[in-house]
Amino acid sequence: MQLKSRHLLGIEHLDKAEIELILDTAASFKEVSTREIKKVPTLRGKTVVTLFYEVSTRTRTSFELAAKRLSADTVSISTSTSSVQKGETLVDTVRNLEAMKPDYFVVRHSCSGAALMISRISQASIVNAGDGSHEHPTQALLDAFTMRERKGDISKLRVAIIGDIRHSRVVRSNILLLRKLGADVHIAGPATLLPPGMDRLGVTVTSDIGVAIRNADVVMMLRIQQERMDKSFFPSLREFAMYYGLTRERMRLAKSDAIIMHPGPINRGVEIDHELADCDRSVILDQTENGVAVRMAVLYLLAGGNPAGEAS
Amino acid sequence: MATSAETIRRINTDAPVLTFFQGPNILPHVKIKARIMDKKKMERAIARIGQEILERNKSAEDLVLIGIRSRGVPLAERIAAAIEEAESVKVPRGSLDITMYRDDIHAGSSHPQVHKTDIPFPINEKDVILIDDVLFTGRTIRAALDSLIDFGRPRTIQLAVLIDRGHRELPIRADYVGKILPTSRKEIVHVHLHETDGHDEVLIAEGES
Repeated sequence: MQLKSRHLLGIEHLDKAEIELILDTAASFKEVSTREIKKVPTLRGKTVVTLFYEVSTRTRTSFELAAKRLSADTVSISTSTSSVQKGETLVDTVRNLEAMKPDYFVVRHSCSGAALMISRISQASIVNAGDGSHEHPTQALLDAFTMRERKGDISKLRVAIIGDIRHSRVVRSNILLLRKLGADVHIAGPATLLPPGMDRLGVTVTSDIGVAIRNADVVMMLRIQQERMDKSFFPSLREFAMYYGLTRERMRLAKSDAIIMHPGPINRGVEIDHELADCDRSVILDQTENGVAVRMAVLYLLAGGNPAGEAS
Repeated sequence: MATSAETIRRINTDAPVLTFFQGPNILPHVKIKARIMDKKKMERAIARIGQEILERNKSAEDLVLIGIRSRGVPLAERIAAAIEEAESVKVPRGSLDITMYRDDIHAGSSHPQVHKTDIPFPINEKDVILIDDVLFTGRTIRAALDSLIDFGRPRTIQLAVLIDRGHRELPIRADYVGKILPTSRKEIVHVHLHETDGHDEVLIAEGES
């Protein structure tokens, strides 16, 4: 069993068996990070270039540690310190980096479809680390991994996803993945942040956070993405927090053993109360920990990808 | 034991033809040439390996048994049980998946599934007995040695296998062998264990041509 594509551009291109393969593989790789010597020689001699056109702490560090723990060499390029500042286009940057024969590009860009475009001009494997408001597949995979680890069979879970649905690539990847694995997904947010057509993805849409949270096994809060907001979608952060923030009272509507997730970074006091973010039902740091294992699995599985099977 | 590899090499100059197999063919898709071990013989071999491990290692206190996935794991369990019965000590056991240490992972090849490695105890200054079902080219053992050394610095690493079928590609030999089995390179040795396959036996079958 292997992945059909040598790129990971989105959850959209994966089938259920491939998702399960990645999650199972990640479960095996998780052990490596608990060793005293956190390194295996699996990807020795491979080169991973992380190309981030947007700021990131978690995702970039996670990918770099994943690559390093598999013995791959990593080079990280960020726009603030590269020739992007001199006006080089994305395609030119990639072509030049490509000439140095990397095996993977891990790409984050503010434009939806950036990773797909690069996959068409590159011989390397492309991993989408977030493209605009389109997809962030490794985040959805690590979320699913964490849900499975904490709650078991995903097909039996009721998952509530709350907040800025409109600008979130995390929610799109998560909905696609959770639906492929058969979860019952409920999304909620202010009407201005609920794009039309979400119901066609097989999820229940509401503007009432209480309705979405009721009986949930998993409550996933999304970050308010002010950097993507070109106009005013709600009157104030305080008002958003009042209607859509996760509080102890609202959490009571969920199942008594429900877990709280957040892809980070958290706006404390906006999407989620201080105390809830740090409570024992919060698995936010588990998500970060699992991110490394999931990305190790992705890098490993893409190394064996069949070049003929690339997504077009 | 140092001569065992030598012995196999000598025997293997002519591929043996084994024609005395009489038992039921439980693998209809492969042509079975001979049944090398049944439940009884396997039990005896395992008991003997346990005994030899105890004889060679003066104290059982520092022994740890690590099985290579998948069939080395139940074998390790059985050998550990044999040692514990003889010596009334607790022998820690772990399992090792060598996929991350393989030398044949590259683009275009199908990837073997990675399974869990579970060594929940320190191996520093221990006598580690590495256990696998069949010793063939030695490449699995090479990977296992690399992997173990990443976990610490054992006092010794010793190798126990149920079957040594020869054809080494690396300078590796076993310290404890259930049975030395001369084979041709094309033949396939099937080890079936009660825990993984429902019954105990070792078969030699004709390879795909």
